[in-house]
Amino acid sequence: MKKTTKMICTLIAAAAFIALLVFLESNKNKYGMAVTVLQKGFILAVVAVSMNLLNGFTGLFSLGQAGFMALGAYAYAIFTIPVESRGSVYYISGIHPAIENIEFPMVVALIFAGLVAAAFAAVIGFPVLRLKSDYLAIATLGFSEIIRAFIASPQMDQITNGSYGLKSIPAANIYMVIGLCIVCITIMAMLINSSYGRAFKAIREDEIAAEAMGINLLKHKELAFVISSFFAGIGGALLAMFMRSIDSSTFKIALTYDILLIVVIGGMGSITGSVLSALLVTASKEWWLRFFDEPLTIAGVNIPLFRNGFRMVIFSILLMVVVLFYRRGIMGTNEFSWEGLFGLIKSIPKRISSLFRKKEGAAK
Amino acid sequence: MSLSVFFQHCLTGISLGGAYALIAIGYTMVYGILRLINFAHGDIFMVAGYFMIFATATFGWMAGIPIMLICTVLLGVVIEKAAYKPIRTAPRMSVMISAIGVSYLLQNLTTYLFTALPKPFPEIPFLKKIFQIGPVSASLVTFLTPVLTIVLVVILVYITNHTKIGMAMRAVSRDFETSRLMGIKINNVISITFVIGSFLAGVGSLLYFTDRMSVTPFSGSLPGLKCFVAAVIGGIGSVPGAVVGGFVIGICETFLIALGYSTFSDAFTFILLIIMLLFRPTGLFGEKMIDKV
Repeated sequence: MKKTTKMICTLIAAAAFIALLVFLESNKNKYGMAVTVLQKGFILAVVAVSMNLLNGFTGLFSLGQAGFMALGAYAYAIFTIPVESRGSVYYISGIHPAIENIEFPMVVALIFAGLVAAAFAAVIGFPVLRLKSDYLAIATLGFSEIIRAFIASPQMDQITNGSYGLKSIPAANIYMVIGLCIVCITIMAMLINSSYGRAFKAIREDEIAAEAMGINLLKHKELAFVISSFFAGIGGALLAMFMRSIDSSTFKIALTYDILLIVVIGGMGSITGSVLSALLVTASKEWWLRFFDEPLTIAGVNIPLFRNGFRMVIFSILLMVVVLFYRRGIMGTNEFSWEGLFGLIKSIPKRISSLFRKKEGAAK
Repeated sequence: MSLSVFFQHCLTGISLGGAYALIAIGYTMVYGILRLINFAHGDIFMVAGYFMIFATATFGWMAGIPIMLICTVLLGVVIEKAAYKPIRTAPRMSVMISAIGVSYLLQNLTTYLFTALPKPFPEIPFLKKIFQIGPVSASLVTFLTPVLTIVLVVILVYITNHTKIGMAMRAVSRDFETSRLMGIKINNVISITFVIGSFLAGVGSLLYFTDRMSVTPFSGSLPGLKCFVAAVIGGIGSVPGAVVGGFVIGICETFLIALGYSTFSDAFTFILLIIMLLFRPTGLFGEKMIDKV
């Protein structure tokens, strides 16, 4: 396919996406669910790509994403809640005088949130990254729980409002949220396609061989860890912006598992796969598969399976099926390309006919 | 803290530690053989609690305990056959994700079946009898837990050191391929490992939940992680190490809660883990592993 054709396709897709956003924004009340799903999906996509950067591209199995998101979300929330409404937020124990009157503009606060998470990652990275696969997983998981316990502890009441959580975080419109998400994902994609990204992949394939080729292992691992945490922090901040109220129970280990599910379904080592699967998973979870949780009656017969919680069971089974039978996920390690898409569409008739032929053969 | 209060906390800590030790053995054995953190182990322990509730409601506690143990063992073996066996040759990360998937599935399934509300754990009058020794008072289960733990561990150590199957287990944990060439049926050995691990998790759950009174779908995840930490502290792959780790964590946790730092008691466990991993990654009783290129 020619370069110009690809360019035209990309432009058409981008224009269609912007048109969709404008349409949704102007009919917010009617399509509230779509607006929510799109925003949440993109926010989770940022975190999923950041996790993929570490797990899929660098081969470091880290389970600390929820902790870094918590750091980012709190760093963002503390400094963006309007000064005049802080009294009502910190109504239990009051706010610490040092941060009482500091308010950041949104973008500054976002970057600050990322930096807080990155700084923490840099500090714990030096000891933790020396550990190997499963020990690394359990240590990062441990740190994520430590962060959560620390945030919720009564000693931090004047800063994080302890277990009561923070509310009245200023909201942003849909363009802002999705635009920021796309910027973050693009930066990560550029990083992965740079020489650093190639070094990460080399480390994933074989640490010893990579070291022999002159890649500084610790430096690159630390870099991947810090960058991934930076974007996880920004993802947390975006989540705070979107939810408008946060508390420490949002950032439990279950959140890390949810993101891991997205990464696995999308394919370990594929950015577009993570984005696609973040959108699909969020849409199915919050919207399309809602009916699993509602009682269902077909032709007057009440189907007993359908009740609260069934959706999550279906989801976990789906995850197991993907892990056991489609280990590559949606995209494997490939990226989205127009050739791939058109090739897939063109091959559909052939695939269907081959399916029929197989059946005929079986019948004979 | 007066002396009697101190002893009271010691007793509670040892009892909690005993339950942790029993669960930690499951982690350490599976890790020793498959090199896999069985993230689902904590959830097997939680489901055992539910099995106990329903078995007791139907058959009374006398028959309920063996039924619960059998169901837990079956669950453990089924999980191994369904979720770990098909991907045994896959990269470590995939196996670990599969384990996380099983844990996710068990939590969601129990939430769906029994709701997220805490269900009362059956009271076994025999275990709840209060004893009074001087100023210290505790129920029978508190005394029974450490004793039972030690007895079970002695039996387990005997099995691993002096029986044929134990020898096979040690061989498989050393080298998969060679032990297969020597005629050991790897699948049977792995199944036995899961049987033992799940059995001990069942006993642990009985002792743990008798003290806690209620079960929720999420009451297994944090104790599960703590027990894994206990296994790492003791040196993963070593049964006596797991027991020592379990007692250390149980006692430390009880004292932290007694001193008023209950929010940090969970965090402390992980701090202990990280310190351990940094200074002695093989744990207290672990063997040093050498990676061959």
